[in-house]
Amino acid sequence: MERKIGETLLGVEHISLSFGGVKALTDISFNIREKEVFAIIGPNGAGKTSMLNVINGFYHPQQGEIHFKGLHRKQMRPHEAAVQGIARTFQNVALFKGMSTLNNIMAGRNLKMKTNLFWQALYYGPARTEEMINREYVEDIIDFLEIQAIRRTPVGKLPYGLQKRVELGRALAMDPELLLLDEPMAGMNIEEKQDMCRFIIDINEQYGTTIVLIEHDMGVVMDLSERLIVLDYGRKIAEGTPDEIRGNQVVIDAYLGVAHTN
Amino acid sequence: MIFIQPFFDMVGDPVLFLQVIWEGFVTGILYSLIAFGFVLIFKASGVFNFAQGIMVVFAALTLVGLHEAGVSAFVALPATILVMYVLAFSVERLVLRSLVNQPDIILFMATIGLTFFLIGFGEFIFGGEPKMMITEELLLPYDSITFFDDMLILQEIDIAASIIAALSLVFLALFLGKTKIGIALRAVADDHQAALSVGISLNTIWVVVWFISGVIALITGIMWGAKSDVSFALSIIALKALPVLILGGFTSVRGAIVGGLIIGIGEKIGEFYWGGLVGGSIEGWLAYMIALFFLFFRPQGLFGEKIIERV
Repeated sequence: MERKIGETLLGVEHISLSFGGVKALTDISFNIREKEVFAIIGPNGAGKTSMLNVINGFYHPQQGEIHFKGLHRKQMRPHEAAVQGIARTFQNVALFKGMSTLNNIMAGRNLKMKTNLFWQALYYGPARTEEMINREYVEDIIDFLEIQAIRRTPVGKLPYGLQKRVELGRALAMDPELLLLDEPMAGMNIEEKQDMCRFIIDINEQYGTTIVLIEHDMGVVMDLSERLIVLDYGRKIAEGTPDEIRGNQVVIDAYLGVAHTN
Repeated sequence: MIFIQPFFDMVGDPVLFLQVIWEGFVTGILYSLIAFGFVLIFKASGVFNFAQGIMVVFAALTLVGLHEAGVSAFVALPATILVMYVLAFSVERLVLRSLVNQPDIILFMATIGLTFFLIGFGEFIFGGEPKMMITEELLLPYDSITFFDDMLILQEIDIAASIIAALSLVFLALFLGKTKIGIALRAVADDHQAALSVGISLNTIWVVVWFISGVIALITGIMWGAKSDVSFALSIIALKALPVLILGGFTSVRGAIVGGLIIGIGEKIGEFYWGGLVGGSIEGWLAYMIALFFLFFRPQGLFGEKIIERV
Protein backbone atom coordinates (compact mmCIF):
# COMPACT_ATOMS: atom_id res chain seq x y z
CA MET A 1 0.00 0.00 0.00
CA GLU A 2 1.49 3.28 -1.18
CA ARG A 3 -1.26 5.37 0.23
CA LYS A 4 -0.16 8.09 2.61
CA ILE A 5 -2.40 10.31 4.66
CA GLY A 6 -1.27 13.83 3.90
CA GLU A 7 -2.11 17.43 4.61
CA THR A 8 -5.56 18.79 5.32
CA LEU A 9 -7.61 18.68 2.11
CA LEU A 10 -10.88 20.03 3.41
CA GLY A 11 -11.34 22.11 6.50
CA VAL A 12 -14.71 22.87 8.00
CA GLU A 13 -14.72 25.74 10.45
CA HIS A 14 -17.55 26.68 12.78
CA ILE A 15 -20.30 25.89 10.32
CA SER A 16 -23.84 26.75 11.43
CA LEU A 17 -26.84 26.17 9.22
CA SER A 18 -30.48 26.79 9.96
CA PHE A 19 -33.74 26.67 8.06
CA GLY A 20 -35.95 29.35 9.58
CA GLY A 21 -36.03 28.48 13.25
CA VAL A 22 -34.72 24.96 12.82
CA LYS A 23 -31.03 24.60 13.48
CA ALA A 24 -29.68 21.85 11.26
CA LEU A 25 -26.02 22.31 12.13
CA THR A 26 -24.48 24.17 15.04
CA ASP A 27 -20.84 25.22 15.10
CA ILE A 28 -19.33 22.20 13.39
CA SER A 29 -15.59 22.02 12.79
CA PHE A 30 -13.41 19.21 11.52
CA ASN A 31 -10.58 18.52 9.10
CA ILE A 32 -10.33 15.92 6.40
CA ARG A 33 -6.85 14.96 5.36
CA GLU A 34 -5.68 13.96 1.91
CA LYS A 35 -6.30 10.34 0.97
CA GLU A 36 -8.11 9.34 4.13
CA VAL A 37 -11.47 7.68 4.50
CA PHE A 38 -13.50 9.82 6.82
CA ALA A 39 -16.91 8.87 8.16
CA ILE A 40 -19.76 10.95 9.51
CA ILE A 41 -22.18 9.02 11.67
CA GLY A 42 -25.09 9.86 13.91
CA PRO A 43 -28.73 9.00 14.55
CA ASN A 44 -31.41 9.90 12.00
CA GLY A 45 -31.88 13.63 11.59
CA ALA A 46 -28.52 14.42 13.14
CA GLY A 47 -27.52 16.61 10.18
CA LYS A 48 -25.19 14.27 8.30
CA THR A 49 -26.65 14.85 4.87
CA SER A 50 -26.94 18.58 5.58
CA MET A 51 -23.21 18.55 6.25
CA LEU A 52 -22.53 16.94 2.85
CA ASN A 53 -24.86 19.43 1.20
CA VAL A 54 -22.88 22.26 2.75
CA ILE A 55 -19.60 20.80 1.51
CA ASN A 56 -20.75 20.49 -2.09
CA GLY A 57 -22.61 23.77 -2.17
CA PHE A 58 -26.29 22.75 -2.16
CA TYR A 59 -26.76 24.52 1.17
CA HIS A 60 -25.20 27.83 2.12
CA PRO A 61 -24.40 27.99 5.83
CA GLN A 62 -25.23 31.18 7.73
CA GLN A 63 -21.97 31.05 9.62
CA GLY A 64 -18.58 29.51 9.22
CA GLU A 65 -16.11 28.83 6.46
CA ILE A 66 -14.91 25.96 4.40
CA HIS A 67 -11.51 25.68 2.88
CA PHE A 68 -10.73 23.18 0.18
CA LYS A 69 -7.23 22.76 -1.23
CA GLY A 70 -6.18 25.90 0.61
CA LEU A 71 -8.97 28.02 -0.90
CA HIS A 72 -11.31 29.66 1.58
CA ARG A 73 -14.92 30.19 0.76
CA LYS A 74 -18.10 31.25 2.44
CA GLN A 75 -20.35 29.80 -0.18
CA MET A 76 -20.11 28.11 -3.51
CA ARG A 77 -22.55 26.82 -6.07
CA PRO A 78 -22.77 23.06 -6.67
CA HIS A 79 -21.32 23.11 -10.17
CA GLU A 80 -18.40 25.17 -8.89
CA ALA A 81 -17.78 22.51 -6.26
CA ALA A 82 -17.72 19.97 -9.07
CA VAL A 83 -15.22 22.07 -11.03
CA GLN A 84 -12.93 22.13 -7.99
CA GLY A 85 -12.99 18.35 -7.72
CA ILE A 86 -15.77 17.45 -5.30
CA ALA A 87 -18.03 14.61 -6.46
CA ARG A 88 -20.86 12.96 -4.60
CA THR A 89 -23.54 10.31 -4.56
CA PHE A 90 -26.97 10.72 -3.04
CA GLN A 91 -28.87 8.98 -0.28
CA ASN A 92 -31.86 8.37 -2.54
CA VAL A 93 -30.05 7.57 -5.80
CA ALA A 94 -30.11 10.53 -8.20
CA LEU A 95 -29.39 9.12 -11.64
CA PHE A 96 -30.47 10.17 -15.12
CA LYS A 97 -33.06 7.41 -15.30
CA GLY A 98 -33.85 7.53 -19.00
CA MET A 99 -30.20 7.30 -20.05
CA SER A 100 -28.04 4.20 -20.33
CA THR A 101 -25.40 3.27 -17.78
CA LEU A 102 -22.74 4.36 -20.25
CA ASN A 103 -24.29 7.78 -20.82
CA ASN A 104 -24.83 8.32 -17.12
CA ILE A 105 -21.16 7.77 -16.48
CA MET A 106 -20.25 9.83 -19.57
CA ALA A 107 -22.25 12.68 -18.05
CA GLY A 108 -19.70 12.60 -15.25
CA ARG A 109 -17.04 13.47 -17.82
CA ASN A 110 -18.96 16.61 -18.75
CA LEU A 111 -16.42 18.94 -17.16
CA LYS A 112 -13.45 17.23 -18.77
CA MET A 113 -14.70 17.77 -22.30
CA LYS A 114 -13.46 21.10 -23.52
CA THR A 115 -13.66 21.28 -27.31
CA ASN A 116 -16.03 23.89 -28.61
CA LEU A 117 -19.56 23.30 -29.80
CA PHE A 118 -18.65 23.71 -33.43
CA TRP A 119 -16.39 20.64 -33.50
CA GLN A 120 -18.72 18.72 -31.26
CA ALA A 121 -21.66 19.32 -33.56
CA LEU A 122 -19.64 18.06 -36.51
CA TYR A 123 -18.21 15.24 -34.39
CA TYR A 124 -14.92 15.69 -36.14
CA GLY A 125 -11.35 16.69 -35.41
CA PRO A 126 -10.53 17.48 -31.78
CA ALA A 127 -14.02 16.54 -30.61
CA ARG A 128 -13.59 13.02 -31.87
CA THR A 129 -10.23 12.51 -30.19
CA GLU A 130 -11.59 13.95 -26.99
CA GLU A 131 -14.62 11.71 -27.05
CA MET A 132 -12.39 8.66 -27.51
CA ILE A 133 -10.12 9.59 -24.61
CA ASN A 134 -13.06 10.18 -22.31
CA ARG A 135 -14.82 7.08 -23.52
CA GLU A 136 -11.74 5.06 -22.62
CA TYR A 137 -11.72 6.54 -19.15
CA VAL A 138 -15.37 5.61 -18.74
CA GLU A 139 -14.77 2.07 -19.98
CA ASP A 140 -12.07 1.66 -17.33
CA ILE A 141 -14.55 2.67 -14.66
CA ILE A 142 -17.14 0.27 -16.03
CA ASP A 143 -14.56 -2.53 -15.82
CA PHE A 144 -13.50 -1.46 -12.38
CA LEU A 145 -17.07 -1.54 -11.04
CA GLU A 146 -17.85 -4.76 -12.89
CA ILE A 147 -20.91 -3.42 -14.66
CA GLN A 148 -20.04 -4.34 -18.27
CA ALA A 149 -23.24 -6.35 -18.60
CA ILE A 150 -25.53 -3.37 -18.03
CA ARG A 151 -23.74 -0.69 -20.00
CA ARG A 152 -26.57 -0.23 -22.51
CA THR A 153 -29.44 -0.67 -20.06
CA PRO A 154 -31.46 2.42 -19.11
CA VAL A 155 -30.60 2.83 -15.44
CA GLY A 156 -34.24 3.23 -14.41
CA LYS A 157 -34.66 -0.48 -15.11
CA LEU A 158 -31.79 -1.61 -12.90
CA PRO A 159 -32.19 -3.00 -9.39
CA TYR A 160 -31.37 -0.66 -6.57
CA GLY A 161 -27.95 -2.10 -5.74
CA LEU A 162 -26.74 -1.67 -9.30
CA GLN A 163 -28.14 1.85 -9.51
CA LYS A 164 -26.02 2.76 -6.51
CA ARG A 165 -23.03 1.31 -8.28
CA VAL A 166 -23.71 3.31 -11.46
CA GLU A 167 -24.05 6.43 -9.35
CA LEU A 168 -20.67 5.71 -7.83
CA GLY A 169 -19.30 5.28 -11.34
CA ARG A 170 -20.64 8.65 -12.41
CA ALA A 171 -18.99 10.33 -9.42
CA LEU A 172 -15.72 8.50 -10.18
CA ALA A 173 -15.82 9.64 -13.80
CA MET A 174 -15.35 13.19 -12.55
CA ASP A 175 -11.88 12.12 -11.37
CA PRO A 176 -12.59 13.83 -8.06
CA GLU A 177 -10.17 14.65 -5.28
CA LEU A 178 -12.90 14.44 -2.71
CA LEU A 179 -15.69 11.92 -2.99
CA LEU A 180 -18.76 12.31 -0.81
CA LEU A 181 -20.78 9.12 -0.35
CA ASP A 182 -24.18 9.47 1.26
CA GLU A 183 -25.22 6.07 2.62
CA PRO A 184 -23.74 4.05 -0.25
CA MET A 185 -24.89 0.79 1.34
CA ALA A 186 -28.41 1.65 2.48
CA GLY A 187 -30.90 -1.01 1.51
CA MET A 188 -28.32 -3.50 0.23
CA ASN A 189 -27.95 -7.15 1.10
CA ILE A 190 -24.75 -8.50 2.63
CA GLU A 191 -23.21 -9.53 -0.66
CA GLU A 192 -23.88 -6.16 -2.26
CA LYS A 193 -22.49 -4.44 0.82
CA GLN A 194 -19.30 -6.44 0.59
CA ASP A 195 -18.92 -5.49 -3.07
CA MET A 196 -19.47 -1.85 -2.28
CA CYS A 197 -16.92 -1.96 0.58
CA ARG A 198 -14.39 -3.48 -1.78
CA PHE A 199 -15.00 -0.74 -4.35
CA ILE A 200 -14.63 2.00 -1.76
CA ILE A 201 -11.35 0.57 -0.49
CA ASP A 202 -10.06 0.14 -4.06
CA ILE A 203 -11.04 3.66 -5.07
CA ASN A 204 -9.21 5.00 -2.07
CA GLU A 205 -6.11 2.94 -2.79
CA GLN A 206 -5.93 2.91 -6.59
CA TYR A 207 -7.14 6.41 -7.39
CA GLY A 208 -5.93 7.96 -4.14
CA THR A 209 -9.29 9.63 -3.69
CA THR A 210 -10.20 11.14 -0.35
CA ILE A 211 -13.54 9.77 0.76
CA VAL A 212 -16.19 11.12 3.10
CA LEU A 213 -18.71 8.48 4.02
CA ILE A 214 -22.08 8.62 5.71
CA GLU A 215 -23.25 5.18 6.77
CA HIS A 216 -25.51 3.58 9.33
CA ASP A 217 -23.95 0.13 9.26
CA MET A 218 -21.49 0.43 12.15
CA GLY A 219 -19.53 -2.66 11.11
CA VAL A 220 -18.85 -1.08 7.73
CA VAL A 221 -17.96 2.30 9.20
CA MET A 222 -15.57 0.87 11.75
CA ASP A 223 -13.86 -1.28 9.11
CA LEU A 224 -13.51 1.33 6.41
CA SER A 225 -12.80 4.62 8.05
CA GLU A 226 -9.61 5.93 9.57
CA ARG A 227 -11.34 8.67 11.50
CA LEU A 228 -14.91 9.69 12.08
CA ILE A 229 -17.07 12.32 13.68
CA VAL A 230 -20.39 11.76 15.39
CA LEU A 231 -23.23 14.23 14.98
CA ASP A 232 -26.32 14.44 17.16
CA TYR A 233 -29.00 17.12 16.88
CA GLY A 234 -26.74 19.14 14.57
CA ARG A 235 -23.81 19.21 16.98
CA LYS A 236 -20.52 17.37 16.86
CA ILE A 237 -20.40 15.17 19.93
CA ALA A 238 -17.26 13.18 19.22
CA GLU A 239 -14.31 12.83 16.86
CA GLY A 240 -11.63 10.18 16.66
CA THR A 241 -10.52 6.81 15.39
CA PRO A 242 -13.05 3.97 15.30
CA ASP A 243 -11.58 2.51 18.48
CA GLU A 244 -11.89 5.77 20.36
CA ILE A 245 -15.49 6.21 19.22
CA ARG A 246 -16.49 2.68 20.13
CA GLY A 247 -15.75 3.29 23.77
CA ASN A 248 -17.09 6.84 23.93
CA GLN A 249 -19.90 7.13 26.49
CA VAL A 250 -21.47 10.23 24.91
CA VAL A 251 -21.81 8.40 21.60
CA ILE A 252 -23.32 5.34 23.22
CA ASP A 253 -25.83 7.60 24.99
CA ALA A 254 -26.74 9.36 21.75
CA TYR A 255 -27.47 6.09 20.02
CA LEU A 256 -29.10 4.19 22.85
CA GLY A 257 -30.65 7.06 24.75
CA VAL A 258 -29.98 7.95 28.38
CA ALA A 259 -32.14 6.84 31.26
CA HIS A 260 -33.55 9.92 32.96
CA THR A 261 -33.58 9.56 36.69
CA ASN A 262 -35.60 12.09 38.62
CA MET B 1 -69.30 4.49 -50.26
CA ILE B 2 -68.42 8.10 -49.73
CA PHE B 3 -65.43 7.23 -47.54
CA ILE B 4 -63.88 5.06 -50.25
CA GLN B 5 -64.45 7.54 -53.07
CA PRO B 6 -61.59 9.87 -52.02
CA PHE B 7 -59.06 7.08 -52.67
CA PHE B 8 -60.24 6.88 -56.26
CA ASP B 9 -59.95 10.66 -56.46
CA MET B 10 -56.33 10.45 -55.32
CA VAL B 11 -55.40 7.88 -57.95
CA GLY B 12 -57.53 9.57 -60.57
CA ASP B 13 -55.71 12.90 -60.33
CA PRO B 14 -52.16 12.21 -59.10
CA VAL B 15 -50.93 15.75 -59.82
CA LEU B 16 -53.60 17.23 -57.61
CA PHE B 17 -52.73 14.63 -54.98
CA LEU B 18 -49.10 15.71 -55.22
CA GLN B 19 -50.17 19.32 -54.75
CA VAL B 20 -52.08 18.41 -51.59
CA ILE B 21 -49.14 16.46 -50.23
CA TRP B 22 -46.81 19.38 -50.94
CA GLU B 23 -49.12 21.78 -49.08
CA GLY B 24 -49.19 19.32 -46.20
CA PHE B 25 -45.43 18.96 -46.25
CA VAL B 26 -44.86 22.70 -46.01
CA THR B 27 -47.29 23.06 -43.12
CA GLY B 28 -45.86 19.94 -41.53
CA ILE B 29 -42.27 21.06 -41.55
CA LEU B 30 -43.27 24.29 -39.85
CA TYR B 31 -45.18 22.25 -37.24
CA SER B 32 -42.00 20.24 -36.78
CA LEU B 33 -40.06 23.40 -36.17
CA ILE B 34 -42.52 24.65 -33.55
CA ALA B 35 -42.65 21.23 -31.90
CA PHE B 36 -38.88 21.24 -31.83
CA GLY B 37 -38.90 24.41 -29.74
CA PHE B 38 -41.16 22.66 -27.25
CA VAL B 39 -39.08 19.46 -27.18
CA LEU B 40 -35.94 21.42 -26.46
CA ILE B 41 -37.33 23.12 -23.37
CA PHE B 42 -39.20 20.01 -22.31
CA LYS B 43 -35.99 18.02 -22.41
CA ALA B 44 -34.06 20.56 -20.42
CA SER B 45 -36.60 21.35 -17.75
CA GLY B 46 -39.33 18.75 -18.01
CA VAL B 47 -41.77 21.53 -18.67
CA PHE B 48 -44.25 22.16 -21.42
CA ASN B 49 -43.39 25.72 -22.36
CA PHE B 50 -46.75 27.37 -22.77
CA ALA B 51 -45.03 30.55 -23.93
CA GLN B 52 -43.55 29.00 -27.10
CA GLY B 53 -46.45 30.23 -29.24
CA ILE B 54 -46.23 33.77 -28.02
CA MET B 55 -42.47 33.70 -28.48
CA VAL B 56 -43.10 33.09 -32.19
CA VAL B 57 -45.30 36.19 -32.33
CA PHE B 58 -42.96 38.23 -30.18
CA ALA B 59 -39.95 37.40 -32.35
CA ALA B 60 -41.78 38.18 -35.58
CA LEU B 61 -43.20 41.41 -34.16
CA THR B 62 -39.78 42.52 -33.00
CA LEU B 63 -38.34 41.95 -36.44
CA VAL B 64 -41.16 43.78 -38.24
CA GLY B 65 -41.32 46.47 -35.55
CA LEU B 66 -37.63 47.24 -35.85
CA HIS B 67 -37.97 47.46 -39.61
CA GLU B 68 -40.92 49.83 -39.28
CA ALA B 69 -38.82 51.98 -37.01
CA GLY B 70 -36.45 52.47 -39.94
CA VAL B 71 -33.86 49.81 -39.26
CA SER B 72 -32.72 47.97 -42.38
CA ALA B 73 -33.84 44.35 -42.60
CA PHE B 74 -30.33 42.95 -42.33
CA VAL B 75 -29.62 44.88 -39.18
CA ALA B 76 -33.05 44.10 -37.76
CA LEU B 77 -32.49 40.34 -38.11
CA PRO B 78 -29.39 40.07 -35.89
CA ALA B 79 -30.92 42.66 -33.58
CA THR B 80 -33.96 40.42 -33.16
CA ILE B 81 -31.72 37.45 -32.42
CA LEU B 82 -30.05 39.60 -29.79
CA VAL B 83 -33.46 40.46 -28.32
CA MET B 84 -34.25 36.72 -28.13
CA TYR B 85 -30.99 36.20 -26.27
CA VAL B 86 -31.85 38.96 -23.81
CA LEU B 87 -35.26 37.34 -23.37
CA ALA B 88 -33.69 33.92 -22.67
CA PHE B 89 -31.25 35.48 -20.25
CA SER B 90 -34.00 37.38 -18.40
CA VAL B 91 -36.28 34.35 -18.21
CA GLU B 92 -33.47 32.36 -16.62
CA ARG B 93 -32.43 35.15 -14.27
CA LEU B 94 -35.87 36.36 -13.21
CA VAL B 95 -38.07 33.26 -13.43
CA LEU B 96 -36.28 29.91 -13.59
CA ARG B 97 -33.41 30.55 -11.23
CA SER B 98 -35.69 30.91 -8.24
CA LEU B 99 -37.63 27.78 -9.22
CA VAL B 100 -34.83 25.17 -9.20
CA ASN B 101 -36.03 21.86 -7.77
CA GLN B 102 -39.66 22.96 -7.73
CA PRO B 103 -42.33 20.58 -9.07
CA ASP B 104 -42.89 20.71 -12.82
CA ILE B 105 -46.35 22.16 -12.47
CA ILE B 106 -44.87 25.28 -10.84
CA LEU B 107 -42.56 25.79 -13.80
CA PHE B 108 -45.51 25.21 -16.13
CA MET B 109 -47.49 27.93 -14.35
CA ALA B 110 -44.49 30.22 -14.67
CA THR B 111 -44.52 29.77 -18.46
CA ILE B 112 -48.23 30.65 -18.52
CA GLY B 113 -47.36 33.78 -16.59
CA LEU B 114 -44.62 34.52 -19.09
CA THR B 115 -47.15 34.15 -21.93
CA PHE B 116 -49.40 36.86 -20.53
CA PHE B 117 -46.44 39.08 -19.81
CA LEU B 118 -45.22 38.77 -23.41
CA ILE B 119 -48.70 39.45 -24.82
CA GLY B 120 -48.99 42.61 -22.75
CA PHE B 121 -45.43 43.70 -23.34
CA GLY B 122 -45.69 43.02 -27.09
CA GLU B 123 -48.90 45.00 -27.46
CA PHE B 124 -47.50 47.83 -25.39
CA ILE B 125 -44.48 48.22 -27.64
CA PHE B 126 -45.68 47.17 -31.09
CA GLY B 127 -49.42 47.75 -30.87
CA GLY B 128 -52.12 45.16 -31.41
CA GLU B 129 -52.84 45.47 -35.13
CA PRO B 130 -51.60 42.81 -37.60
CA LYS B 131 -48.45 43.62 -39.57
CA MET B 132 -47.00 42.42 -42.85
CA MET B 133 -43.92 40.25 -42.67
CA ILE B 134 -40.98 41.93 -44.42
CA THR B 135 -40.57 39.06 -46.86
CA GLU B 136 -39.10 41.03 -49.75
CA GLU B 137 -36.65 42.94 -47.62
CA LEU B 138 -35.24 39.68 -46.28
CA LEU B 139 -34.72 38.61 -49.92
CA LEU B 140 -37.12 35.73 -49.60
CA PRO B 141 -38.63 34.78 -52.96
CA TYR B 142 -42.33 35.35 -53.50
CA ASP B 143 -42.96 34.02 -57.00
CA SER B 144 -44.33 30.64 -57.77
CA ILE B 145 -43.13 27.94 -60.10
CA THR B 146 -45.40 25.55 -61.91
CA PHE B 147 -45.17 22.05 -63.29
CA PHE B 148 -47.40 19.85 -65.48
CA ASP B 149 -49.00 22.70 -67.47
CA ASP B 150 -49.75 24.83 -64.41
CA MET B 151 -51.42 21.95 -62.64
CA LEU B 152 -48.85 21.78 -59.84
CA ILE B 153 -48.07 25.16 -58.28
CA LEU B 154 -45.24 25.56 -55.80
CA GLN B 155 -44.84 28.87 -54.00
CA GLU B 156 -41.18 29.82 -53.86
CA ILE B 157 -41.62 31.06 -50.32
CA ASP B 158 -42.82 27.59 -49.36
CA ILE B 159 -39.77 26.03 -50.94
CA ALA B 160 -37.52 28.47 -49.11
CA ALA B 161 -39.37 27.81 -45.85
CA SER B 162 -38.93 24.05 -46.24
CA ILE B 163 -35.25 24.34 -46.99
CA ILE B 164 -34.55 26.71 -44.13
CA ALA B 165 -36.64 24.68 -41.68
CA ALA B 166 -35.02 21.42 -42.80
CA LEU B 167 -31.53 22.89 -42.45
CA SER B 168 -32.30 24.24 -38.98
CA LEU B 169 -33.71 20.89 -37.90
CA VAL B 170 -30.70 18.96 -39.16
CA PHE B 171 -28.30 21.38 -37.53
CA LEU B 172 -30.14 21.29 -34.20
CA ALA B 173 -30.48 17.51 -34.23
CA LEU B 174 -26.73 17.22 -34.72
CA PHE B 175 -26.12 19.79 -32.04
CA LEU B 176 -28.19 17.87 -29.52
CA GLY B 177 -27.06 14.41 -30.49
CA LYS B 178 -23.34 14.92 -30.71
CA THR B 179 -22.37 17.64 -28.29
CA LYS B 180 -21.80 17.46 -24.58
CA ILE B 181 -24.54 20.05 -24.28
CA GLY B 182 -26.82 17.35 -25.65
CA ILE B 183 -25.98 14.92 -22.86
CA ALA B 184 -25.99 17.73 -20.30
CA LEU B 185 -29.45 18.69 -21.47
CA ARG B 186 -30.86 15.23 -20.95
CA ALA B 187 -29.11 15.06 -17.61
CA VAL B 188 -30.74 18.30 -16.50
CA ALA B 189 -34.13 17.03 -17.64
CA ASP B 190 -33.76 13.87 -15.57
CA ASP B 191 -32.52 15.20 -12.28
CA HIS B 192 -31.56 18.76 -11.36
CA GLN B 193 -29.55 17.84 -8.26
CA ALA B 194 -27.61 15.06 -9.88
CA ALA B 195 -26.83 17.29 -12.86
CA LEU B 196 -25.48 19.97 -10.57
CA SER B 197 -23.35 17.44 -8.73
CA VAL B 198 -21.48 16.42 -11.90
CA GLY B 199 -20.74 20.04 -12.65
CA ILE B 200 -23.43 20.91 -15.16
CA SER B 201 -24.48 24.52 -14.70
CA LEU B 202 -28.28 24.63 -14.81
CA ASN B 203 -28.22 28.35 -15.46
CA THR B 204 -26.09 28.07 -18.58
CA ILE B 205 -28.12 25.17 -19.97
CA TRP B 206 -31.35 27.04 -19.46
CA VAL B 207 -30.11 30.17 -21.16
CA VAL B 208 -28.86 28.06 -24.07
CA VAL B 209 -32.13 26.16 -24.59
CA TRP B 210 -34.35 29.20 -24.20
CA PHE B 211 -32.16 31.10 -26.63
CA ILE B 212 -32.28 28.30 -29.21
CA SER B 213 -36.05 28.08 -28.73
CA GLY B 214 -36.18 31.83 -29.28
CA VAL B 215 -34.27 31.55 -32.55
CA ILE B 216 -36.54 28.71 -33.67
CA ALA B 217 -39.50 30.91 -32.76
CA LEU B 218 -38.05 33.65 -34.94
CA ILE B 219 -37.59 31.33 -37.93
CA THR B 220 -41.13 30.00 -37.51
CA GLY B 221 -42.43 33.53 -37.12
CA ILE B 222 -40.82 34.71 -40.35
CA MET B 223 -42.04 31.73 -42.37
CA TRP B 224 -45.53 31.66 -40.97
CA GLY B 225 -45.77 35.43 -41.04
CA ALA B 226 -44.94 35.37 -44.74
CA LYS B 227 -47.83 32.97 -45.38
CA SER B 228 -50.41 34.99 -43.44
CA ASP B 229 -49.49 38.06 -41.45
CA VAL B 230 -47.91 38.82 -38.12
CA SER B 231 -50.49 39.11 -35.39
CA PHE B 232 -51.19 37.66 -31.97
CA ALA B 233 -53.50 35.12 -33.60
CA LEU B 234 -50.33 33.43 -34.84
CA SER B 235 -49.72 32.03 -31.38
CA ILE B 236 -52.69 29.69 -31.93
CA ILE B 237 -50.73 27.66 -34.48
CA ALA B 238 -48.32 26.80 -31.70
CA LEU B 239 -51.11 24.75 -30.15
CA LYS B 240 -50.88 22.52 -33.22
CA ALA B 241 -47.55 21.45 -31.80
CA LEU B 242 -49.44 19.63 -29.07
CA PRO B 243 -50.77 16.79 -31.26
CA VAL B 244 -47.38 16.69 -32.97
CA LEU B 245 -45.72 16.16 -29.61
CA ILE B 246 -48.23 13.55 -28.51
CA LEU B 247 -47.61 11.74 -31.76
CA GLY B 248 -43.84 12.02 -31.76
CA GLY B 249 -43.09 11.92 -28.08
CA PHE B 250 -42.30 14.91 -25.89
CA THR B 251 -38.63 14.08 -25.55
CA SER B 252 -37.74 13.09 -29.08
CA VAL B 253 -36.20 15.29 -31.72
CA ARG B 254 -36.89 12.71 -34.42
CA GLY B 255 -40.44 12.48 -33.08
CA ALA B 256 -40.97 16.19 -33.53
CA ILE B 257 -39.85 16.02 -37.16
CA VAL B 258 -41.76 12.89 -38.15
CA GLY B 259 -44.79 13.87 -36.07
CA GLY B 260 -44.92 17.30 -37.66
CA LEU B 261 -44.88 15.83 -41.15
CA ILE B 262 -47.53 13.21 -40.38
CA ILE B 263 -49.85 15.78 -38.85
CA GLY B 264 -49.22 18.36 -41.59
CA ILE B 265 -49.75 15.99 -44.51
CA GLY B 266 -52.52 14.08 -42.73
CA GLU B 267 -54.65 17.11 -42.04
CA LYS B 268 -54.27 18.51 -45.56
CA ILE B 269 -55.27 15.20 -47.15
CA GLY B 270 -58.11 14.82 -44.68
CA GLU B 271 -59.37 18.32 -45.31
CA PHE B 272 -59.12 18.14 -49.07
CA TYR B 273 -60.53 14.67 -49.73
CA TRP B 274 -62.81 13.95 -46.80
CA GLY B 275 -63.56 17.47 -45.55
CA GLY B 276 -66.30 18.07 -48.09
CA LEU B 277 -67.98 14.78 -47.24
CA VAL B 278 -68.53 15.67 -43.60
CA GLY B 279 -69.28 19.36 -44.03
CA GLY B 280 -65.75 20.78 -44.24
CA SER B 281 -63.16 22.42 -42.05
CA ILE B 282 -61.96 19.30 -40.34
CA GLU B 283 -58.42 20.69 -40.56
CA GLY B 284 -58.89 22.29 -37.17
CA TRP B 285 -59.50 19.12 -35.22
CA LEU B 286 -58.20 16.26 -37.35
CA ALA B 287 -54.70 16.66 -35.93
CA TYR B 288 -56.01 16.05 -32.42
CA MET B 289 -57.93 12.99 -33.60
CA ILE B 290 -54.79 11.52 -35.18
CA ALA B 291 -52.91 12.16 -31.94
CA LEU B 292 -55.66 10.59 -29.87
CA PHE B 293 -55.63 7.54 -32.09
CA PHE B 294 -51.89 7.15 -31.58
CA LEU B 295 -52.24 7.48 -27.83
CA PHE B 296 -54.16 4.21 -27.74
CA PHE B 297 -51.21 2.30 -29.13
CA ARG B 298 -48.14 4.19 -28.01
CA PRO B 299 -48.78 6.39 -25.00
CA GLN B 300 -45.16 7.55 -24.99
CA GLY B 301 -45.35 8.67 -28.63
CA LEU B 302 -43.58 7.22 -31.65
CA PHE B 303 -40.05 7.90 -30.44
CA GLY B 304 -40.60 8.98 -26.86
CA GLU B 305 -38.59 7.46 -24.05
CA LYS B 306 -40.47 4.79 -22.19
CA ILE B 307 -41.45 6.09 -18.82
CA ILE B 308 -39.90 3.80 -16.27
CA GLU B 309 -41.47 3.85 -12.87
CA ARG B 310 -40.34 1.43 -10.20
CA VAL B 311 -42.73 0.58 -7.45
